[in-house]
Amino acid sequence: MTATDGMTDRLGTRPEADPESTAAPQPPPRGRRFGSVELLAVLLVLLVVVRDPLAALISDPRLQTWTTVFVSVLVQAVPFLVFGVVLSAVIAVFVPRSFWARALPKHPALAVPAAGLAGVVLPGCECGSVPIAGSLIRRGVTPAAALAFLLAAPAINPIVLTATAVAFPGNPEMVVARAGASLVVAVAMGWLWLRLGKTEWIKMPPRPHEDGSRLKAFVAACRHDVMHAGGFLVLGAAAAATINVVVPEAWLQRVADNPVLSIIALAVLAVLLSICSEADAFVAASLSQFSLTSRLVFLVVGPMVDLKLIAMQTGVFGRRFAIRFAPATFAAAVLVGAGVGAVLL
Amino acid sequence: MNRQAQAVIMLLFGGAVLKASLSDLYLRYVKEALQPFLIGAGILLVAAAVLTLWYDLRGGGDQHDGHGHHHEPRVGWLLLLPVLGLLLVAPPALGSYAAGQSGTVLTAPGSDSDYPALPAGDPVDVGLLDYASRAVFDGGRSLTGRTVRLTGFVTPGPDGEPMLARMVVSCCAADGRPIKVGLDGDTRVTAAPDTWVQVVGAWTSRVAKDPVNQAEVPYLQVTGWQEITAPKQQYE
Repeated sequence: MTATDGMTDRLGTRPEADPESTAAPQPPPRGRRFGSVELLAVLLVLLVVVRDPLAALISDPRLQTWTTVFVSVLVQAVPFLVFGVVLSAVIAVFVPRSFWARALPKHPALAVPAAGLAGVVLPGCECGSVPIAGSLIRRGVTPAAALAFLLAAPAINPIVLTATAVAFPGNPEMVVARAGASLVVAVAMGWLWLRLGKTEWIKMPPRPHEDGSRLKAFVAACRHDVMHAGGFLVLGAAAAATINVVVPEAWLQRVADNPVLSIIALAVLAVLLSICSEADAFVAASLSQFSLTSRLVFLVVGPMVDLKLIAMQTGVFGRRFAIRFAPATFAAAVLVGAGVGAVLL
Repeated sequence: MNRQAQAVIMLLFGGAVLKASLSDLYLRYVKEALQPFLIGAGILLVAAAVLTLWYDLRGGGDQHDGHGHHHEPRVGWLLLLPVLGLLLVAPPALGSYAAGQSGTVLTAPGSDSDYPALPAGDPVDVGLLDYASRAVFDGGRSLTGRTVRLTGFVTPGPDGEPMLARMVVSCCAADGRPIKVGLDGDTRVTAAPDTWVQVVGAWTSRVAKDPVNQAEVPYLQVTGWQEITAPKQQYE
């Protein structure tokens, strides 16, 4: 901590570039402005001071469990977030726009399934695919295709399907059902976007324009996405941890016997719990009092709509997009999941 | 938030991830297999932060950033929360509270419910999940006549009697589910909840139902127990 505090102090004494001003770089008088670096320094000092009261505060088992789940959702997501951010910065800076025109079929209606299938090769969970899809749209890929990729990638990649096979050793048809249902939902949502979607719903935060070297632009894109997607990930993790602590599993027991209610209950649970798509199969396996179909719906909904994804999509694509896209995806995932489950399971 | 503040937050965040993954701290939250990826992510975050600072200090904070419609993500401040969580609070691994909230993880056996004989040893160390599967799905056949030693933490059962539990984690603590084993016999385990203990005993045919998810909870006929320090890897 001391090293970073020192750095903050050193930075804090520098004259700051006023972000609002477009005027010539005229350094403001020292010590007059209270900018974000100073605020950060004060916050950090405060945090060190209140450390012990804080530790005493969270000795309550519920708060402690909340903190553990919150931290662990984030720690689990960090490698995938960083991987996704780096890949999206590569797309933004190093892959020319013309590449996407050549790689994807010209007709948008064909580009959607192609992008959905491309999700198979990207091993990772949903936290990484949000910034990647954002980057694809920025680079001129039709939003419908990028959205199909966004939905398909976390659900049908090899790692997730292997985990599903391991979690359901007695039901290999679960793997087929999961992959099929997820792909159908992803492609259907892409086509739905082509018919009904409006580009003005998507409002992406402006990325900083960096002059200078490509490396500089690359670092700027990474920084922007980490702060942005990462910040919304924190929001989502906090929500998921709250649900994890507040909703006792015993409540679920009461609805398990009703086929319709159990599907709805597990679909909502998938949204609320926000478990990483590589782990949700194990959780689904342990919900053994529920029917296979309702657990399939859990696996189809989870990687496509959950609290942390909604938070991240709000951040990356804008609020008007998220309030339409998330409920529509939820409905599609529940219907397709239940339908595939009725046929295959 | 300007770029320098963002860089410092990224540096702190990356540093916290690195510190947690280079010590044993990360084992409280995620699986061991994630460690190399955590280290890689931490290094990338720190590198991006250092490069941002370097460009900014060298370039004197050039004014091309934003062109007057500057929307630096304010939500990025929230990244201080995990820094706080990892560096200052470092919450413990899931314990008896979480174990009481969810049902035991023991689910239907794999297609080949063929349990090999236990390794040699008296007592022989057996994992809780292994013991429970052998007891419930194999009718205790491979456990009969053996003295086993189980390791876990104490958690109050539904009837108030202490049980032995361990969290089973497949990805991160958010998906942690308990595996529970009841303690039977005259030797009472009197340790407080969340204390780690080693329990020695023999298989008994007694089973109960976990009230949370109706899964079966096997029992162990306890002959002895001792308190231990929490193992490095607390999850199974």
